[in-house]
Amino acid sequence: MLKAAPALLEVSDLTVLRSGRTVLDKISFSLGRGEIMSVIGPNGGGKTTLLRVILGLLIPDSGTAKLTLGTSVGYVPQKLALDNSMPLTPRRFLSLGMKSARGRVTEIAERTGITHLLDQQLTGLSGGETQRVLLARAIMKQPDFLVLDEPTQGMDVAAQSELFRLIGAIREETGAAVIMVSHDLHLVMRGTDRVLCLNGHVCCTGHPAEVERSPSFRALFGRLDEAAVVPYRHDHDHTHDHEHGPDCGHHH
Amino acid sequence: MIDDFLLRALAAGIGAALAAGPLGCFVVWRRLAYFGDTMAHSALLGLALGFLMNVEPVLGIFAVTVAVAALLLSLERWSTVPTDTLLGILSHGALAMGLVAIGLMSWLRVDLMGVLFGDVLSVSTQDIMLIYAVVAVVLVCLWRIWEPLLATTVSSDLAQAEGLGGRRANLVFTLLLALVIAVAIKVVGVLLITSLLILPAAGARRWATSPEAMVAGAVVIGVFSVVIGMLGSLEFDTPAGPSIVLVAFAVFLIGLPRWPGRLSARE
Repeated sequence: MLKAAPALLEVSDLTVLRSGRTVLDKISFSLGRGEIMSVIGPNGGGKTTLLRVILGLLIPDSGTAKLTLGTSVGYVPQKLALDNSMPLTPRRFLSLGMKSARGRVTEIAERTGITHLLDQQLTGLSGGETQRVLLARAIMKQPDFLVLDEPTQGMDVAAQSELFRLIGAIREETGAAVIMVSHDLHLVMRGTDRVLCLNGHVCCTGHPAEVERSPSFRALFGRLDEAAVVPYRHDHDHTHDHEHGPDCGHHH
Repeated sequence: MIDDFLLRALAAGIGAALAAGPLGCFVVWRRLAYFGDTMAHSALLGLALGFLMNVEPVLGIFAVTVAVAALLLSLERWSTVPTDTLLGILSHGALAMGLVAIGLMSWLRVDLMGVLFGDVLSVSTQDIMLIYAVVAVVLVCLWRIWEPLLATTVSSDLAQAEGLGGRRANLVFTLLLALVIAVAIKVVGVLLITSLLILPAAGARRWATSPEAMVAGAVVIGVFSVVIGMLGSLEFDTPAGPSIVLVAFAVFLIGLPRWPGRLSARE
């Protein structure tokens, strides 16, 4: 008999309070191996807080976030607050604290398009370049679980879709699960299996196309929806296999 | 003709520079200058307690600086007072407590100038042995925790999320810092220790392209400052500790115009 594979990540009733305010309110979901989940939601909706709890950087007030024992984690933080006084090249940074991964630097740099940056100083890189270096480090040890906090910050459009393509490819190769915070609804809708819309509580979750139709999503992203998703919907080089709700206002 | 006392002073100063160089780099990278200062200022209280409890002063200093570091780290975590305010309060609070404690112990004759600004010309052979024992401990420990400490310095979140053992490295680092402060007091005094930590490191930044190169540069500049500063102090009859600091300061100024990064890049 087939048994469902145990989830890599099991979040249950997660609650985080800060200065009396409920930042996360009884969040529950699970993530299986090889699944790509996007976390979206307004500022202050608790997206980064959720990632920090999952990574063990923040202790929740109640509830748990259980990661299967022995899971190796790759993490792309929102930004790298490296002091200017630290002389460090991306080449060194990629394998810092991970001696075993040293032999993979060239290969990973090539895949993430940072070969030309390897011997520059990390503090001199632009925002988008730094994000790519951070992503390169995150995949150095072929992690089972990738956690990305707004990985597309400061990237131009070409680099962004390149990043999503790369994340998809890594998932195919290693079966890694991915959870990422993103503001780019256009890319989220295309590049992920599941969307978690977070506004303190889980306001909706599911396949991108389902989430897009849910009333709470529309309440939050109504305007953004028009601005960011419509151009994608109107790409006519593919078929639309989602079902239209009664209030569906678009036509193909 | 070189006198015995000068050789001893040089040996002690060079030892202090050897240990302060690598630790000083981390103090600079992690923006801990004021943190180190606060620990150093509390040394005076440690000295007084050491005398009061009749233990070796170095031990008293070590214990109190570690306690102050622990207090700082927990306050930083649990209180809402801004970190620099907290440091300012504890730094001067500890210094005042030390001065008052020594003042209260009227039976004790302490050369306050020596404690505050260093008295390297009076070091004993025993002091030197202690300094080099500390140098050995610092270098061996740093070598062993080098990669995790560097990783957690670059990003503590990243190191912790990846499970690289950053917390243990941080703890060891803080203990080593307290240890160096406790023995370097003889050389440059409570008020100037921070400069022995950060000046050579900051001076070495200009030439460094890797963390290891910066550490090597800091050691070279530190040793150079000790030797030139001490010879200068003998020549011009100036206090040794401040003379050493002045040389390190001059080296830093030479490198300053070439400090990397745009001036506007600071957030």
